[in-house]
Amino acid sequence: MQTDFLNEARRQAEICNACRYCEGYCSVFPALHAERAFSDGDLTQLANLCHNCRGCYYACQYTAPHEFDLNLPQALANVRQDSWEEFAFPQSAARAFQKNGVMIALATVVGFALLFWAARALASAGGEGFYAVLSHNAMVAIFLPAFLFPLASIAVSLRRYWRAIDAGRPTLADVVAGFRAAATMRNLDGGHGDGCNFEDEDRFSNARRMVHQAVMYGFLLCFASTSVATLMHYFFAMPAPYSLFSLPKILGISGGLLLVIGCVEMIRLKLRSDPALGAVHAWGGEVGSIGLLGFVGLSGLLLYALGQTAMMPAILVLHLGAVLAFFLLTPFTKMAHGFYRLTALVADATRKRGDAA
Amino acid sequence: MSKTPETWDVAVIGGGNAALCAAMTAAEAGARVIILETAPKPYRGGNSRHTRNFRCMHHGPLGPLVDSYTEEEYLADLMKVTDGKTDVALARLAIRSSEECLPWMQDHGVRFQPSLSGTLSLARTNAFFLGGGKGLVNAYYRTADRLGVHVEYEAAVTHLEMDGDRIGHIDYTQDGQTRRIIPKSVVVASGGFQADTDWLARAWGPAAKNFLIRGTPYNRGIVLADLLDQGVEQVGDPKQCHAVAIDGRAPKYDGGIVTRLDCVPFSIVVNKNAERFYDEGEDVWPKRYAIWGRLVAAQPDQVGYVIIDAKSLELFMPSVFLPIKADTLEGLAGQMGLPPDRLRATVDDFNAACGDTSGFHPTELDGVSTTGITPPKTNWARPITEPPFYGYSLRTGVTFTYLGLKVDENAQCSVGNQPITNLWAAGETMAGSILGQGYLAGFGMTIGTVFGRIAGKEAAAHAN
Repeated sequence: MQTDFLNEARRQAEICNACRYCEGYCSVFPALHAERAFSDGDLTQLANLCHNCRGCYYACQYTAPHEFDLNLPQALANVRQDSWEEFAFPQSAARAFQKNGVMIALATVVGFALLFWAARALASAGGEGFYAVLSHNAMVAIFLPAFLFPLASIAVSLRRYWRAIDAGRPTLADVVAGFRAAATMRNLDGGHGDGCNFEDEDRFSNARRMVHQAVMYGFLLCFASTSVATLMHYFFAMPAPYSLFSLPKILGISGGLLLVIGCVEMIRLKLRSDPALGAVHAWGGEVGSIGLLGFVGLSGLLLYALGQTAMMPAILVLHLGAVLAFFLLTPFTKMAHGFYRLTALVADATRKRGDAA
Repeated sequence: MSKTPETWDVAVIGGGNAALCAAMTAAEAGARVIILETAPKPYRGGNSRHTRNFRCMHHGPLGPLVDSYTEEEYLADLMKVTDGKTDVALARLAIRSSEECLPWMQDHGVRFQPSLSGTLSLARTNAFFLGGGKGLVNAYYRTADRLGVHVEYEAAVTHLEMDGDRIGHIDYTQDGQTRRIIPKSVVVASGGFQADTDWLARAWGPAAKNFLIRGTPYNRGIVLADLLDQGVEQVGDPKQCHAVAIDGRAPKYDGGIVTRLDCVPFSIVVNKNAERFYDEGEDVWPKRYAIWGRLVAAQPDQVGYVIIDAKSLELFMPSVFLPIKADTLEGLAGQMGLPPDRLRATVDDFNAACGDTSGFHPTELDGVSTTGITPPKTNWARPITEPPFYGYSLRTGVTFTYLGLKVDENAQCSVGNQPITNLWAAGETMAGSILGQGYLAGFGMTIGTVFGRIAGKEAAAHAN
């Protein structure tokens, strides 16, 4: 990992450790205050525990122009961003996409092109609905590996991460605690429930927390929709298309709406926030990956709305192309953060239990 | 003077806790309020930016505070640290009002947090601000803005014109221009004069040039001096201040909390001649930190040196600067500019005076003491033997000065025995009305909040 990022984070963490005023904001500070010296692994864990709520920055008595020049959200964002590149498998893919929105857009276009090619080359004879454009078997042939490869890649990354931070062995309770913290986004509530500082300097609001949860739960609902449909297809001989009141449609439409609203609002909030409190060079990559996720949701909704029209084949190809790009890029873009964050939360629960014992 | 002076109901001079409490209270009473803050926006809030808690009386659990803390106990704590040099009537007013302040603070945006790690001894008496004092200041500026309070930054007040028994107008400079406003009421909440080292030197002599200023560089006492020159009643000894011993490597101004050193009770402290000068283990550190500023100020060159050994390194909160480290005492002395043979002799004498250390207990008075040396060390006295050895330099860090404006129970200022009909003062600029000497953690914010609210209420009533 880049030593200048680590050294800067270490310098700042040592100042924070002598102050402690921010202890109540989030999980980072109790974890930070439990150390006297900060190894690279400690800093990597603190960085991934940080949700970039920025409360500590706006409350800090040592931000520039003070000579101590603290900007902990930025220092940790840089380490965090760098750690995602360091632990990625393969690393070169993360270096290409993590900070680069244009590359994400290009990859999405390649995804579109691949699907167009597939639709032409593997055009199904006699399928119905979507399967008239691309047969079910062709879809499975493309998307099964596109789903399994990212999972395997992320598994390798998380293993590297866990080794680097030298966390102990988690118990089931630690894992539950980690999931609970992610499910409620407790670390974006500011410690007082008023939310975080993001879109309007030191004003606290729950906007970002709600928007983040819209994206997260929207995505999970969409994922659940696909999973349910897969089960229905294989185990209950109930192939698509499904009616409006079927489980896949209810999950998919509600999830798609949440996803689109969440992504649009997230980008709007991001545009109003101060980029200097994040990983400045990764801004384009972050917006690119949120945009891609939003497009997945939007094209999915359009597919539902316009599925009976002549535009369906084109929209289907765009949707599937975006999904393909999204899946394949997940380990190498901002989307990876969810896995690291969850792991960091579990590791923090493990640490707390260890410290208490 | 470019245009006709603006008129305001209430002008508040200063931009910290007391000023904001006054401004919000006056605005809520219907007054048109302007804040003249001399600092630029990033440094707004004066010393309040560096504070962290509010000492609060309470009957039963209140907000983050546990148990209860009665008026009598609070007053007794205050009398102990000030050695009785306290205006009891005003102190009781501050203490009694503190209880209703806490929910008021919450209503105006302040959020509290449980006592910070390393400060458990204050969990009952002091309510900690979430994010510290700058978090409080930010919340108050937000609320003040919502209440229609107008804020001018980098507005340095130079003069308040006395016109009979009232203030006629205020002159200030901003963007290189001199401006004037005509307020119906004025609240002065612009702090002490500690950032003006020339003024400190007039009181302390040249020694003051070696003092560090823990807080804002903007509290230069300009308004205070202007009012005192016009005969406004003053209070307090110019040498009295809240001063602590801080890391000698701290910046000249604005080092704040991170420059404090908590290691004195586990150390020996010597002066530049490598001689001990005070009982390092007299009491637990939260009860002694405020006297060490003056102790160090009395030493040659106003500097002290803390010496500990390896076994004590992790017994205190980490500070912002790493200690100086050496494998031998002579090596440490060399790095710190102390005479090595003298330091060796002092440590040897001290070590020889240590007795049974089996009862050592870092967080309570353990009675592990020296015998037969002067000064003694009456608690936590363990020989300094285990390398590596560590050292910190200590300097006097001034938080705020006590010479200020004398006020009555309405926070009103006076000339002779006559009140100035439209002038009130709050916060550090009048804290000398209550604190004769010594300091009680979190009491500055109590004075600022209580008297800021009183001043704001009175100022608005007068303007109406």
